Amino acid sequence: MKVLMSGNEAVARGAFEAGVRFAAAYPGTPSTEILEEFSKYEGVYAQWSTNEKVAVEVAIGAALAGEKAMAVMKHVGVNVAADPIFTVSYTGTNGALVIISADDPSLHSSQNEQDNRNYAKFAKIPMLEPADASEAPKYIKLAFELSEKFDTPVFLRLTTRVSHSKSVVTLEEPAKYNDKTGFIYDAEKYVMVPINARTRRLEVENRQKALKEFVETFAENKMEIGNPEIGIITAGMPYNYAKEVFPDYSYLKLGMVYPLPEKMIRDFASRVKKIYVIEEMDPFLEEQIKAMGIQVIGKEIFPFTNEFDPGVIRNAIEKNSPEAVSPYKESLASRPPNLCPGCPHRGLFYALKKEKAYVHGDIGCYTLSYMKPLEGLHSCICMGASIGMAHGMSKALKEKGKGKVVGVIGDSTFLHSGITPLLDMAYNNSDALIIILDNSTTAMTGMQEHPGTGYTLMKKEAKKVNLKDLITSLGIDNIKIIDPIDQKATRSAIKEELAKDGPSVIIAQRPCALFKRSNIKPKPALKVDQDKCEGCKACLELNCPPISWKSGVTKEGSKRKGIAVIDETLCNGCGLCEQVCKFGAIS
Amino acid sequence: MSDNEVKSILFAGVGGQGILRASDIICEIIMEAGFDVKKSEVHGMAQRGGCVTSHVRYGKKVYSPLAEPGTVNTLISFEKMESLRYLNLLRKDADVIVNTEEIYPPAVNLGVASYPDDVISFLKGNYGKVISFDAGELAKKAGNIKTANVVLLGALSSHMSIDRSIWESVIKKSFPEKLIKMNLEAFQMGINA
Repeated sequence: MKVLMSGNEAVARGAFEAGVRFAAAYPGTPSTEILEEFSKYEGVYAQWSTNEKVAVEVAIGAALAGEKAMAVMKHVGVNVAADPIFTVSYTGTNGALVIISADDPSLHSSQNEQDNRNYAKFAKIPMLEPADASEAPKYIKLAFELSEKFDTPVFLRLTTRVSHSKSVVTLEEPAKYNDKTGFIYDAEKYVMVPINARTRRLEVENRQKALKEFVETFAENKMEIGNPEIGIITAGMPYNYAKEVFPDYSYLKLGMVYPLPEKMIRDFASRVKKIYVIEEMDPFLEEQIKAMGIQVIGKEIFPFTNEFDPGVIRNAIEKNSPEAVSPYKESLASRPPNLCPGCPHRGLFYALKKEKAYVHGDIGCYTLSYMKPLEGLHSCICMGASIGMAHGMSKALKEKGKGKVVGVIGDSTFLHSGITPLLDMAYNNSDALIIILDNSTTAMTGMQEHPGTGYTLMKKEAKKVNLKDLITSLGIDNIKIIDPIDQKATRSAIKEELAKDGPSVIIAQRPCALFKRSNIKPKPALKVDQDKCEGCKACLELNCPPISWKSGVTKEGSKRKGIAVIDETLCNGCGLCEQVCKFGAIS
Repeated sequence: MSDNEVKSILFAGVGGQGILRASDIICEIIMEAGFDVKKSEVHGMAQRGGCVTSHVRYGKKVYSPLAEPGTVNTLISFEKMESLRYLNLLRKDADVIVNTEEIYPPAVNLGVASYPDDVISFLKGNYGKVISFDAGELAKKAGNIKTANVVLLGALSSHMSIDRSIWESVIKKSFPEKLIKMNLEAFQMGINA
């Protein structure tokens, strides 16, 4: 049967067809849907882990017990998980272990554009890369076969365009689950103390050697000899872009991007006159091929940054082709993503702005508050960084920093990697204030469960962590819980906690406006009283989507040049603007 | 269509307008009609009121899910000014279908930028056939404003040589029983528009 699937859906399907029944992940665009889809198949165990490192460790544990296990994350998640990944490369996997890295060329939804193919070389782990959803099921199956055959973790690398584009997938009959679980005691293999690790280190090199021989016959490294004048070496989605614009050239499409089939590449090079290496981001293939002494053209003409499309490839190779341009020359107002109507973060950042503090941000919807007019953040690096950075800045500034340094972090992000830095803050007696934006869900990636929600990915009830108890036990004495839409309570809590010596935490608690299990009942849309509005634009400072400016609506005896209006179809009645209006015009 | 010809449709609009759903439906229809098809969009940040696009490409064998700039055959814009944002992707003779509904971006809402007023005449002066109508109004007549995306699919169907029975059978499969009649009506409104 043929169905249209996204790359992520196809990976989940392929894993199920391969007989995989165990997976762990932390959500992150563009990888999130893989576990969501996988969890729907019958007989599987799938879980959200608190972070990617834990997800990999959970998968390693399952693999050591004999399972075929999968750990899934976005590219930056592999940084978090790098520690176990580098050493499980030494121990091997017993069952099977596939780590999926979904990279994000063009940073559609990420803080950096790292090329995770480098991890394969760095950790000496083979890496497969499908070019689209149609190939994805076969590739995940091959990844598990390789893992079993060579007793190695295997990377499956996706990019946003593979994860989130759809193509026709042929469904196959799922393999029967074969329960091979049990205890295997082999301390010399699995206890990585120096004496054992030195031995395993040699095994890694033996495995590398065996893999390098194997890849020469690997069926997904494919040579397509067409026009012998020009040969293209490529992998993943760029193969499709190149094939689209230059269907007649010769191709070497690499299904395995590490290790490379050196003999095959030499053979290809001998059959064509001129070679282009087409790859997004780093010259990963190019540098290795050049190191073989083969002349190729790569990053001299292709960009280092952003994802490609067919046009990028044509323009690089056909230097004189005119670029397609828009005939419309006026500038168009942009549509930056915004916090939703009724979003609890809006209330928090509106109140926080008035304190003129330096705010360290974190990864989540609230990162959007950095834009005008809220301008809520002054730094944002990675998951969990806000707390350590606020602490470090506060210590460095000493007296100058008193009452002026804040870190803000979402509930899911706090549980991901905020607990250890908060412990550090408490232990080292920081003066910073941390605000946990607790909206009861992992909102940015689409409402995933976490230990603070009380449910698991498999929709089972779970023990819900009590944030206040947790934070108390870390050694924080000053803790306040407020509703961030309540401006009076929020402002006074922020003022009081900033004034205190020692670390403080405010838990700003209110469910995401889109959260289905929210205990907050939607209220009727608010209205602006045309007679009372003075046109001061204070409500517009909230940047709430339903509120807009209508110019030219004047009033006798008033200097106003227009009024604010609220779009009833968008307003969810949270009441924040009502509190902001000094003239009582909104109700 | 010649042997290797691949056609591209570009969907454009604003998050929340049902663009991804509509482009999913069209892909099913194309697949049922026996073509290879790929589509591409980016999820994530775009959900929060940002711009949304979806490329749909079909033919005998499709490689790229993204259209090369300058090659899109049909633009279907779910919002008026969004039809101007991706014109570098269009062929000069492209057909354009535009929903004339206006959704103001924040800068226009705040009164610091203006909403373009010459959209339809500009498109008519520069491209092939341009069809513009208020899909929301037609959707309301069909019974629910949320069917605006199906109204637009109806308009698109007149530009594609795929049997009407395939369109209808896929639309029927795509919605729960009680919403089928309303969506078929919306589809017909789009054909007539």
